[in-house]
Order: sequence, then structure tokens, then C-alpha cells
Amino acid sequence: MDSRRVPRTVSDPKVRQVGFFAPPDRSQSGPPAPASSSPPVSGASPSGNTLSPVMIPPPRHLSADLSRHFPQAPPLSSLGVARAVDSSVPVGSYNPSDFLSPAATADYSEDPLSPRWGRKGSSGKFATSLPASRFEMAVAKQSIFNLPPSRLSFILSVLILFILFRDVSFRGVLSLFWVWRNCETDGGSTMDMSKEQSSVSGKPLKEKTTKAERRAIQEAQRAAKAAAKGEGSKPSAAAAGVNPANANTGKPVKAVSQKKDNSSVAPSEKKKRVEKAKKRSVVKQTEARNRVELFRHLPQYEHGTQLPELESKFFQLDPVHPAVYKVGLRYLAGDISGGNARCIAMLQAFQEAIKDYSTPSEKSLIRDLTTKINGYAKANLISGIDLFISEKIILADKVIVKHAVTKIRDGDVLLTYGSSSAVELILLHAHELGKQFRVVIVDSRPKLEGQKLLRRLVGKGINCTYTHINAVSYIMHEVTKVFLGASSVLSNGTVYSRVGTACVAMVAHQFHVPVLVCCEAYKFHERVQLDSICSNELGDPDVISKVSGRKEINSLDGWANSENLQLLNLIYDATPSDYVSMIITDYGMMQSNFWKQLLRYQSVDLEN
Amino acid sequence: MWYRSASFILDKQQQGNDTVTNPESCPQSPASSAMAAENPNPNMSLYYQTRAAHHGVVTSDWLAQAQAAVGELPVSENYVTGGEDESKGFSVVDEFNNWRRQPELAEAVAAIRALASVIRSSQATTMMELEIELKKASDSLKSWDTTSISLTAGCDLFMRYVTRTSALEYEDFNSAKSRLLERAEKFGEISYKARRIIAMLSQDFIFDGCTILVHGFSRVVLEVLRTAAQSKKLFRVLCTEGRPDRTGLRLSNELAKLDVPVKLLIDSAVAYSMDEVDMVLVGADGVVESGGIINMMGTYQIALIAKSMNKPVYVAAESYKFARLYPLDQKDMVPALRPIDFGVPIPSKVEVETSARDYTPPQYLTLLFTDLGVLTPSVVSDELIHLYL
Repeated sequence: MDSRRVPRTVSDPKVRQVGFFAPPDRSQSGPPAPASSSPPVSGASPSGNTLSPVMIPPPRHLSADLSRHFPQAPPLSSLGVARAVDSSVPVGSYNPSDFLSPAATADYSEDPLSPRWGRKGSSGKFATSLPASRFEMAVAKQSIFNLPPSRLSFILSVLILFILFRDVSFRGVLSLFWVWRNCETDGGSTMDMSKEQSSVSGKPLKEKTTKAERRAIQEAQRAAKAAAKGEGSKPSAAAAGVNPANANTGKPVKAVSQKKDNSSVAPSEKKKRVEKAKKRSVVKQTEARNRVELFRHLPQYEHGTQLPELESKFFQLDPVHPAVYKVGLRYLAGDISGGNARCIAMLQAFQEAIKDYSTPSEKSLIRDLTTKINGYAKANLISGIDLFISEKIILADKVIVKHAVTKIRDGDVLLTYGSSSAVELILLHAHELGKQFRVVIVDSRPKLEGQKLLRRLVGKGINCTYTHINAVSYIMHEVTKVFLGASSVLSNGTVYSRVGTACVAMVAHQFHVPVLVCCEAYKFHERVQLDSICSNELGDPDVISKVSGRKEINSLDGWANSENLQLLNLIYDATPSDYVSMIITDYGMMQSNFWKQLLRYQSVDLEN
Repeated sequence: MWYRSASFILDKQQQGNDTVTNPESCPQSPASSAMAAENPNPNMSLYYQTRAAHHGVVTSDWLAQAQAAVGELPVSENYVTGGEDESKGFSVVDEFNNWRRQPELAEAVAAIRALASVIRSSQATTMMELEIELKKASDSLKSWDTTSISLTAGCDLFMRYVTRTSALEYEDFNSAKSRLLERAEKFGEISYKARRIIAMLSQDFIFDGCTILVHGFSRVVLEVLRTAAQSKKLFRVLCTEGRPDRTGLRLSNELAKLDVPVKLLIDSAVAYSMDEVDMVLVGADGVVESGGIINMMGTYQIALIAKSMNKPVYVAAESYKFARLYPLDQKDMVPALRPIDFGVPIPSKVEVETSARDYTPPQYLTLLFTDLGVLTPSVVSDELIHLYL
């Protein structure tokens, strides 16, 4: 294990392939693990032969999880599996196993029964380590249901313990949903599912991933050491219990367990994919070569060709609930866009998965208790998810609209950028109230999200003007107010939103036009980000070089072959709080950099 | 811009052809959601009318409009919509108006005294009933004069005290009631003391030989200057005329009584005299969440000039004037209009900008002297939280 861990830590952290392919320079760490493992059975752990000497290579990685319950070192094996996977194959936009399982294990092994839900730090980590890329989500989601029956019962047992002893399970679930949402940040786009041209969707913030990744490594090492000493049963069982519990109790939990499961589940999948990817590795490597230096730390966009392959796997997903996988695929394909839409889709997939979950047939003392309370736990979770959606998204939007329409006066010219679901609701409601105003919709390539908003507003009878972002300084002198949506509002008041938002806010500030950001409170996050570079998401560079419907604009064809040319397609940017006059949330209207104090006084703890 | 874009003009022409009034064509008209229901006269802000009365400057215009307003008022409007007050013939609004007329009494204190009288005359037997009555009274007061920020703030503060204090958990209803009354009385004292505290805090900022520019007639500012004069500081005051209320005249009267050298300026002469000024001192009708202030018309102008010439602008305001408002621009508040007397008749086609107050954003203010201490504008939000939450 240690020997295998070393290559991973040495490997180039900047080169993280989004797609499945083993870069040739990582052959020392990558191929050996997948290649040497047994032929991948669906769900089988590829790193079977890369386990520590303490571990017994399970025939399937599921059984590895299974064995976790017993006081041998199965949890560590899963850890080892996770790490093996990590070192071997980067999967998804960033190594899911890296930060998934280790982070999960790490956080939970420390204190399995502690009020996990209340820990800001850990939840932050979970949030970060949640799979950002859509594919990531898919893989991660697979892992939840990859659990062996015994582990699931452990999940339930721990869950039940929380329910019984803490009586804040509901709150905890909610808090977990909070954290999950914080990960699942994406521009406040429309709630409509719209097929986008580019298949890039929002990812959880990368920084968290990195942090969680490192922590995961540390924890994995620590756990491995503990296992090596032969006392692995307790912590590993705890870790196992924690992870499964996490998976079922809530999103961050799920994230954690997902990661963990992912690490155990994914290896088998990954091995298959690695092999496939290797056949296509020529293509992928070419894509990877044109990286923009400044953004090398971000996962590069590789998964343009992933979709067919992933779709083909749909029917091989024993461990993963199909609903979860489906949501992941939809993210990847760009079917769902917008923070609220994706969050709701994800939560509903989880609900389905919970509904279909049934207690494992294996018996043990702990599980007897579990089976009796199983139904209760499931119903609790499902209703918790429903409440979360209705309270934190739908009701929050109503409150935001109520606050925001007081700021719209007759004769106003309102500018909005892109397509934000909250802003759309505000405009429609103000129109219903009979206010006379005009709307200027600023749009930008390559997504051109504003066109859909334009169509909907015009359909409702609102006078609209449409322009692209290159004309924003031209039109700004006419504008009285700017309404923007946000993927997230960070701790220091920085607004993290679709790329181009910062530009619009800056121009508005220069023209002394007030900028109002409308954002549900669940999108707030503790992070501080000073620029748009340290954490971002890269989209498909090809959509920049092509214009849909205009085949004659092809000067950039074959750009990947040019050594000197790199195309950069950023998805998000950070708007400093100075440019934002006010944030409108379901907690009221407040200054951008002040939301933390205000919410603190209102006894809102985001991580709780 | 009058018409925000060419398309508005086209719209207007089109609608003008249809002979339908276009609401978009008059961006300067008051917002459609403006005046509250109960205040019958949209052309006059009661708050500013009262202040003008305090200043002793009542023009014939005022009188005419006031009488017209009073004449229009149906008696029922004075009554709280609740049943109890009507039956007793008690009107919280009347009570408030009585208190308000006293020149030395702060607006919020008048409001709280009115609410205290509601408690006294209430026949409720339980705490909940009393709370409901108070809430009704407070709402009717607030809707009576929507332009007065101190009134709203005072009502809110008192209601907050009523609904949150643990005194209400006493079993004995009467003792709880008397406790509330005590608190209301104390508030009056607090308010008076607030002025003293602010005066003490601001003494450090007035140094010998300084020139202070004052705008509007704020009782707090007068207290500050009075205290400074009584501690034998040497300073002089430049007073803006303060049209149309002529607050400058009144203030210069008061200062002359204190033997403080005072010079009157017309409002347009502020920039001319700004370089000989060391600091600007104003009061506030309200302090908003962003840290800006709402004050008499002209304050924003003076603050802009002072900022561009690097002169500090100090605001003296009691803490109960902090309001949970967040205006984005000058027009984002409830309009408070008052009639302006030009001394000569004006043709009817000519519009007059009659707003009585403006909003000064926080970046033009240096410090706020409050009874909570000397604050920077950015801290106001924090203090607001303490007060209101």
C-alpha cells in the first residue's frame, strides 16, 4: 500500500484528466493497478492485488465492503482500494476516489458518532469533495448503491442511532442538504431543463476537492497504518459504519460514502474504462495538451467523448441506482442547467434511491434493530428531502421575489445577465403586479442562455431588449437597476456566478447603477475566494471555436493541433463585493459582505 | 435621463396617439405604490409639517394646505381599525399628534408615549390581547405617517421590546403591564439622555478655532453646539439658510443666544464657503442599513462637496433613528413632499420638486455620533442587528 501510495502523491497534481484515460507518463502508477487486477467484473475492485498485505483481496469490491463489517480490515481494504484507484486512474473531472473515500473515511473515522452534521469543517470538506463533474456525480452516485447489504445495514444502524439519540436527525438531514447544495452550486439558471450546446455543467468548487483530496490521502494513510497494526476492526468498522451512514443520512454523508463507495465501486468500473480509454488515449492526449497554463490546476475538459460510453453502461450498473446515474448523465450531457434545477434533480434521484433501498437479508444483532426501524428511517429521509426542496428552494424563491419587487418602480429599465431562475420569477411577478418596466437581457456565447429567458419574458408580454455582452457598456446608460443571479455567495461577499457576471457588475458600478444579486440562502458558502482563477470550471473549448449554425466561421478548426493556441472556456467567475449593492435572499435584503453576521444573529448556521 | 431610452419616447407617442396616458412617460411622478392609505394628503408630509411647526416657520401656504388636509380627514381615519379603541373613543393617532407637537420631544418618543397611552387605556386582560392591541396601534401610527422614519423606528423598537422581553412572562398581568409602562417612560428619558451622550461624545471633535457648517435644524446638533459653547470652546458656525423651512434662521437665532459667532449662507453658497470650513455637522431623520442617512433636502449636496474637498462630515443621530431601510438611490424611499413657497405665484404648468429629504450614501459620511458611541457608517448594519434582532 505504501509503495503504491507514493506514486500517487508524486504524480502531477495539475494533470487531472477529466476523461478516462491513462496518460502515458503515469504508466508507472496507472496501468499496473488496473492491468494487474483481475478482469473487471461489474463492481469488482480492480485494485484487488494492490491491497495491503493485511487485506484479503475480495473477489468483488462489494464483498470488500461486505467484509468491512467484520473485524478484519475490510474498511481498510476499501480504503486501500480507494487509494489504489486513486493512484491508478484519475476518473472524472478530478480523481473522485482521491477525495471521495479518503475524505469520507477521514472525516468519519475520527468520530463516527459525533454530531457530524454540525461540523462545519467536515461538511465543507464533504461539500468540496463531492463529485463536481457530472460524470463524477454519476460515478459517485453509483457508489451509494454499490454498498453491500451489510454495509447498508450499518448505515441504517448509525442513522437510527442518530435519530434516536440526537433527535435532530431531521435537522441534520437538512443541514446535510445544505452542505450538499453548497457543493452543487451552479449559476441560477432556469429551472427548465434545457439542452445546452456545451456539455459542461457546474461542478463543486475545485478547491474543496483538493483539500479533501489531501485529507483523504492522509486519512487513508492513517487508517492503513491503524489497520496494519491489527487494530483496524474498530476504526474501520466505525469508518465503514460512518460512511454507509453518511450515504444514507444525507448529501454530505452521501458524498462521503459515495466517495468511499466510489473508491470501492469505481475501481472496477474504472478499470474497464481505463482500458477503453487507453484505446482512445491518442485522442484524449491531444486534447489534454492544449491546456492553458494559468488553469492547469483545474480539471481539464476531457469528457466530450465520455457520454456514449457512459450511456452504454447504464444497464450494467448493479451497484448504482439508475435514477442517480441518470441524473449524472443528464448533468454531463447538459440537459439540466442551473443550480436550482440540478439540486432538485439530484435530490429527487436520491429520494428514488432511498425508496428502492431495502434492508439486506443478512442478519446480525445490529441489523435486527435496523429492519424494524427501516421503514421509519426511509420515510423520514424522503420527507426530509421533500421539505428541503420546498423550504430552501421553492419557498425561498417566493420570499426573494416578494422582497425584490419592492425595488422595482414604474419606468425602470432592468438589466439581467444570462438566465437566472430567481430573476425570472422576480420579473414575472413584477409584471403581474402591473409595474411598468423594461428588461434588457444581456447574453453571451457560447451558452446563450439568455435566449430562453428572452423567449419566456416576451411570451408573457414584458418589453425586452436583447444584446450580447460586448454591448453592455453601450446599453448601461439607459439602465436603472441590474438584477443578477448567483451560483453561490462566498464568505466575504464575493458572488460566484456565470462567467460574464463580473463584467456586467463592474460596468454597472461604473455607471452608478445599483446591482442586486438574488440568491437563495442555501447557496451561501463559507469559502473565501479572491479571484476567478483559483477555483473554476473549464468547459468545452470546442464550442468557442465553432458557432452553431454558421459553418463558414471555421478559422479555428483544428486548433488543437497548433502548439501555440489554447482555447479557454471558463464557466464561472467571481464578482467582488464592492460591485454588488445588495443581496436579496430569503432572509431579507442585505449588503453583500455582511450576510454572515446577519445570518448569525438570526441563528442560522449554514453548516447545521 | 428623463426618458430612459428612445423606445420609451416612441411608446409615449404611440400611446399619445391612442390618447391613453402612459405611465412610463413621467418617471418623475411619485411611484405608483407611494402614499399609504390613511394619510389623506399626498402633497404634504406630516412629519415635515410638524417640524416646520416646531421651527416656528409657518407660511400661509402651509396653513392653507394643513387646513385643507384637516378638513378632508374623515373622523374615522383617526381611529385605529381595532374595535377597542373605537369603542372608547380613544385614538392613538390623536394622542401621537398631541405629543408630537411639543417642540422638544423627539418623534420616536412621541410615538412611544402614544403607545404607552394605548397600554394604559387598554382593557385587555391577557398579554396576548395587549400585544395585539399594541400591534394594531403601532400599525395605524405607522400608516398614518409613512414618511417619518423615527416614528416607524420608535414603534418597531417598542413592539420588539414588548414581544421579546421576559417581563411578559410574569404571571401577574398587571405587573407586566406596569412594567411596559415603565419602559415607555424610561424611553423618554433615554431619548433625552441620548442627546446628552451624543453631545459629550462629540466634544472631542470640536476644537478651538474650528468652523462648523451646519445644515437643517436638528435638536441633537443644537445640543452639541450648546454644550461646546458652554465649555467655552471657541468656534464659529456657518448655517445654511435651509429653504423652504428656513431652518437656518431659527438655528442662527438659537446660536446667537449662546454667543456663538454664526454666519448665514444661502444654500447655493455652500461650495463657495467650503474651503474655510473644517467640518460639516448634520442631524439625521433616519439612518439606514447601509450606513447612509436620510435628512433634509440639501444634505446630500453638502456631503458631496465636502467629500470632494476632503472635509469630514459628521452626523449626530440617536440610536432609535436606525431603520431597516435600504434605499438604492434618491427615489427609492417613500416620497415625503412639502409645499414650497416661492413668494410669487407660479404658473400651473410648471412642476415643482417638492421632496423634503434626500439620501446621503455612506461613502460620503465620515462618522456618526450616536448614543451607542461614535460609529463608522459600515458598523451601522451591525448595530442595527443588535437593536432589532
